[in-house]
Amino acid sequence: MTETRKLIEKEVLMNGTQAVAHAAMYADVDVVTAYPIRPYTEVMDTISKLIADGELDAEFVIAEGEHGQFEAVKHASLVGARTLVGSSGTGWMYGMEAIVVTATDRAPVVAIIGNRALDDPGAYGVEHNDALMVRDVGWLLVWVDTAQEAFDTTLIAYRVGEDPRVLLPVGVSMDGGFLTHAEQIVRLPPKELAKEFLPPYNRGKYMVHPDNPISVAPQVNEDWVMELRRQHDEAMERARNVIVEAYDNFKKVFGRYPGTTKEIELPENPFVEPFMTDDAEVILVGMGTVSKPMKVAIKKMRQEGYKAGMLRLRWFRPFPTQDVMKYLGNTRVVCVVDRDYSIGSPNRGGAVYQEIRSALYDLDQRPKVLGFIGGLGGREVTIQDVEKIIKIGYEHRDTPITKPVYWAGVRGDPW
Amino acid sequence: MVEKEREERAYKTIIKTIKDAPLEEFYTSGHRTCQGCESALLMRFLAKSAGPRTIVIGATGCMYVANTTYYTTSWVVPWVHTQLGGSGAAALGTAAALKALMRKGKIKQEPINVIAFCGDLGCADMGLSGVSNAMTYDYNLLIILYDNESSANTDIQETSMTPYGAQTTFSRPGKVRRIMKRRWKKSVVPMIIAGHRTIKYAATMNPAYPLDGLNKIRKALEIGGPTFIHSLDPCPKGWDYDPQFSHELGVLAVETGIWPLYEYIEGKIVYDEPTKSIVEGRTKRKPVREFLEKQGRFSHFTEEDVEYFQRMVDEMYEDWEIPGVMPIKSLNVKIDDN
Ligand code: SF4
Repeated sequence: MTETRKLIEKEVLMNGTQAVAHAAMYADVDVVTAYPIRPYTEVMDTISKLIADGELDAEFVIAEGEHGQFEAVKHASLVGARTLVGSSGTGWMYGMEAIVVTATDRAPVVAIIGNRALDDPGAYGVEHNDALMVRDVGWLLVWVDTAQEAFDTTLIAYRVGEDPRVLLPVGVSMDGGFLTHAEQIVRLPPKELAKEFLPPYNRGKYMVHPDNPISVAPQVNEDWVMELRRQHDEAMERARNVIVEAYDNFKKVFGRYPGTTKEIELPENPFVEPFMTDDAEVILVGMGTVSKPMKVAIKKMRQEGYKAGMLRLRWFRPFPTQDVMKYLGNTRVVCVVDRDYSIGSPNRGGAVYQEIRSALYDLDQRPKVLGFIGGLGGREVTIQDVEKIIKIGYEHRDTPITKPVYWAGVRGDPW
Repeated sequence: MVEKEREERAYKTIIKTIKDAPLEEFYTSGHRTCQGCESALLMRFLAKSAGPRTIVIGATGCMYVANTTYYTTSWVVPWVHTQLGGSGAAALGTAAALKALMRKGKIKQEPINVIAFCGDLGCADMGLSGVSNAMTYDYNLLIILYDNESSANTDIQETSMTPYGAQTTFSRPGKVRRIMKRRWKKSVVPMIIAGHRTIKYAATMNPAYPLDGLNKIRKALEIGGPTFIHSLDPCPKGWDYDPQFSHELGVLAVETGIWPLYEYIEGKIVYDEPTKSIVEGRTKRKPVREFLEKQGRFSHFTEEDVEYFQRMVDEMYEDWEIPGVMPIKSLNVKIDDN
């Protein structure tokens, strides 16, 4: 299927944030802006060292806060620089105004979001609410699961975001602690291959330069907002095909599927990772590292006769509606595990739960959907928790849902 | 190399008389600022001074809302909007990107001016930390504070730049309290120069003195590095006067001593006329009353308020370490008077 190439330059032990930093180095970024907040910060620690060691030639700007951090890369990107930025939790919130206009100004900035709980109370464990705050404003959003996937997806993020058909920022989300700080073996490909995979960033006629004196983001008042929002939405829609192209091309160039260290691994779907879904009567859905306890529990439960499977969402924006229908359409019960919450929402469920239910609504025969809110603030979703979720799902194969959403593992709350 | 070129050009491009000013305009028709808007004039100066190899970044404010209506933008040079508090960071990001792209051979090596402008809120209030951060880097960028002493674009609200006692929609005199704005106006240039040792140039200006202003913008760009200019721009709508008096009010702000004109060049303060004559004692400051009584926003002032205002301005010249600039007096060190 692929030509024989030198697949690996070296295998290195690194955590998720370091993997992103290395990918940015491979992408030859021009401007990086930093501001510290755990747990994303190590991306910037690593970048700083890569620059100091002469391995990366980039301007490294330490901002006065996240607002400035995101404003700076937005403008750098508009004049044609490839940029890296990132944040976590409340830092991401502090930058929100600039984060929103990064998307509306169509600046293909790549940001790493080391997912973290929002204050108060202070906590730096994972929770997905921070990244999900931009789900409605036109950022591409992808969740990664391993350091390898973080490395590969970052390269893909530049390629997709900077594509002239897209020109949108990309948030590469990873679970704080569980991935940002967990070391794994990452296969770093030869640099030439990264060059082959990733064309230079070219804004074309949208580049801000004295040779191209355009005005960016003038006031449109009531006149043009509808049209601009629609264009933005269409770009998001076009990103679907560009994502598929990018993953295909990644496979051709690097000789392996993104996110794996194996040379080719099936199934090849950029948007979701299905696991034992074919005959499953209960399918668990989640994003990020929750897939780990899920996979272990599923294997174990299968031995006990439970036909369980998993669908891990990688891309959250654009939302993989068709894939969700395809993989979940024939199952009996879907158990969505949200590492986030949407207080006061329908059924008081998490954001992923709402999206999955909405995506399945048009099916003639809909599976039942249960929501589980778990692992907030960095609490572990244990294998036992997942087993329990599978059992609850199983009980609902033939019985109507009386309690649609469970909080998994709240002290003093039997679930 | 580009740095050196800039240094060599510094001061060589000074405009000697207003007739020598370039004829080309890079901020032209298409804007819809109020009649008599001095901030619009400042925009024109900055574009004229900087010329075509310039990227202008504008924070939200009057000069965004009134200047860049879709399809009728008044900017001939590339122009980019930044959020209200974003000018410092936007200038930093732009300058950093140009530097990286030129160094890495991705775009042509040449000096490109990066100018960000921001109003009261965007520079002195919300955006101050970003502006300050930009001043700590050694990128070539200029930040201009266009100060119309209110948040003019949202209907004249009080800011930290609003003068003592002035009426705004956030500081409206009432039956019990006549003076709602009791804070004295912030001094931004002193704050910038005292806090950012490595900047080479900062200045105050006022569109009533066009040659002075044009040259200050030139100097800031030619000296390079992060530079800062604070311009006091009379605003007929916010200050409540007939638009024909804009220049007159600008001149009065200087002649009464309320708005001293000076430059900070490589560590030294240089006064510009007519402030120079005032500081050196050759001209007497006009009473502040002449400035205050021409504007509706001070119409509620009593004799006592005018006296207070006058006393505060007197102090600037009589009691400060650097007249009109640095409000600190050393007690145990003899300052050499010459
Ligand atoms: S409100 Fe003042 S600053 Fe704004 S456009 Fe009118 S005169 Fe100019």
